[in-house]
Amino acid sequence: MTVQAPPAPAKAATPVRRRSVPAAVWLIGPSVVFMTLLLGWPVIEGVMQAFRNEQGFTLEFVTRMVQDPYFWPAVRNTLLLIAVMIPIQFAFAIGMALLLRANPRLNKVHFFIWAIPLALSDLAAGLVWLSIFNDRGYLNSALAWLGIEGVSWLAYDNQTTMFICVLIAELWRATSLVLVIVVAGLQGIPKDYDEAAQVFGASFWQRLRHVTLPLLKPSLQVALILRTILAFQTFAVAQALTGQNFPLVVGETYRWYTGLQNPNVAAALALVILAVSMLTSIFYLRALREKTQGGTR
Amino acid sequence: MSQATVDTAPLKRQKRNRVLLQLTCIAVSLFMLIPIYLISLAALSSRESLNAFPLSLLPTSFSFETLNAFLGSTGVFGALGNSLIVGVGTLLLSALIGVPAGYALARFAFPGKEPYQLFLLFARALPIVVLSVPLARLFLTVDIYDTTYAVILLHTALALPTTILISASVFLGVPHDVEEAARVFGCSPFGAFMRVVMPMALPGIAAASIFTFVMSWNEVLGASILTLDHRTLPAQVLTSLADSPLAYRFAGGFALVIPSIIFIAFMRRYLTNMWGSTIR
Repeated sequence: MTVQAPPAPAKAATPVRRRSVPAAVWLIGPSVVFMTLLLGWPVIEGVMQAFRNEQGFTLEFVTRMVQDPYFWPAVRNTLLLIAVMIPIQFAFAIGMALLLRANPRLNKVHFFIWAIPLALSDLAAGLVWLSIFNDRGYLNSALAWLGIEGVSWLAYDNQTTMFICVLIAELWRATSLVLVIVVAGLQGIPKDYDEAAQVFGASFWQRLRHVTLPLLKPSLQVALILRTILAFQTFAVAQALTGQNFPLVVGETYRWYTGLQNPNVAAALALVILAVSMLTSIFYLRALREKTQGGTR
Repeated sequence: MSQATVDTAPLKRQKRNRVLLQLTCIAVSLFMLIPIYLISLAALSSRESLNAFPLSLLPTSFSFETLNAFLGSTGVFGALGNSLIVGVGTLLLSALIGVPAGYALARFAFPGKEPYQLFLLFARALPIVVLSVPLARLFLTVDIYDTTYAVILLHTALALPTTILISASVFLGVPHDVEEAARVFGCSPFGAFMRVVMPMALPGIAAASIFTFVMSWNEVLGASILTLDHRTLPAQVLTSLADSPLAYRFAGGFALVIPSIIFIAFMRRYLTNMWGSTIR
């Protein structure tokens, strides 16, 4: 996991560059050391925790994790949430970014308001929506004022409404992250392309499909990776809204660690998240690969 | 105005589209604002009005009772302090390590630059859970478990890749020429950096720092795994979630929401710059 300097290019460097190498090393060094210690080491330690007991290699913790009655519902809920949320979120974010680009009145104010949830934790978002969705909350109150009988949105036997509540809270909170990335991406695209397409008679959808979206691809790729990885880590929303009634994988890690005092199974669960996150990133990178990609910049 | 021969249909359509655009924007803004209004309403109403059933949707019973009860309950005040310490500590440490690295990334070509950047992207994508559980054990062995230092170290590790990438993009925005000019007129490399580059980069670096602070302020899982008695505010609220009245939770939610709005107000001009330039 450490950065190894490839030896060959160093020799080929110009004299000016060779002189700047030590300075760069001094500047970069601390960050490499720090991240190796606090990112690399824990990952290795985590693998050891999940697969080793006093006798050596073991699958004991993995088996316990899989046999736990909450495990598969947690996996199912997490995947379902991501599968439903990500497409809606991206449709919303792209729509919102296009609205802003159309230059409505007060567009700065709108952008500011739409970006507020960017700085909210998922715990805060969960608590905010708890005040709305709980049995005696604002949604049921509003319904009561209208003379409609309320629903127990967060009741244990109402899995569907519970899912919808978590989904709405997450949509509310996390769409702004995608929005900001897409807005930044749109700013980098000259309006000329769009206008040219318009002159040649392309309809709105044609321009979106064949001009704007392809140009947005790099931004969308990063947004997809970041958002999906963050979505795998959702848990405080569900915790705040439903307690343990809507298990998610990270929530299970938390439960195994704090409630059941078993760091080994917790580490195994964490590795599941790691593996799935890495696989999704690789999938996105391949699926949305650019034809002329030359490195990370 | 009275030239009826001109076809006004496209104009009308355009006008209608403008109105529709405004209305959609207002609707989205309302969707974003109403929950914040409601949590503020809940946190700022008296306890008995929270127990009434159809809750009033207008601020009729304004009182600080609920919020005071929340701030007065055990651990909350200390947690607020811990959150501030951890946030500022994370900000300072990640700036100390991250800004020089960002500068190097922006200015120098050095062997291993590509792998380093890839490593940063990978580190940025590392889930918090994966770190928290093993770190808890590591911190136990070096005896800093359940301290604010432990949380600062974790949060710095999480924030560092982003800090480096953002400050690199900030330094890329400072023209190289001015730095060279300073060198020509006799500044040392460090002097040129401090007197010329830093003042120009400072607003961007400040925005990046606020961003780091926000991340630390919001982080729930790692903080609650790494501490027992020295909890940060989100960790405190999370752990007392199950056995606390609704009023406490609403006040907790409000206490977490308000700083976020202030943060965003501070860095609103940098939002797209920061994300826009980190992403490529």
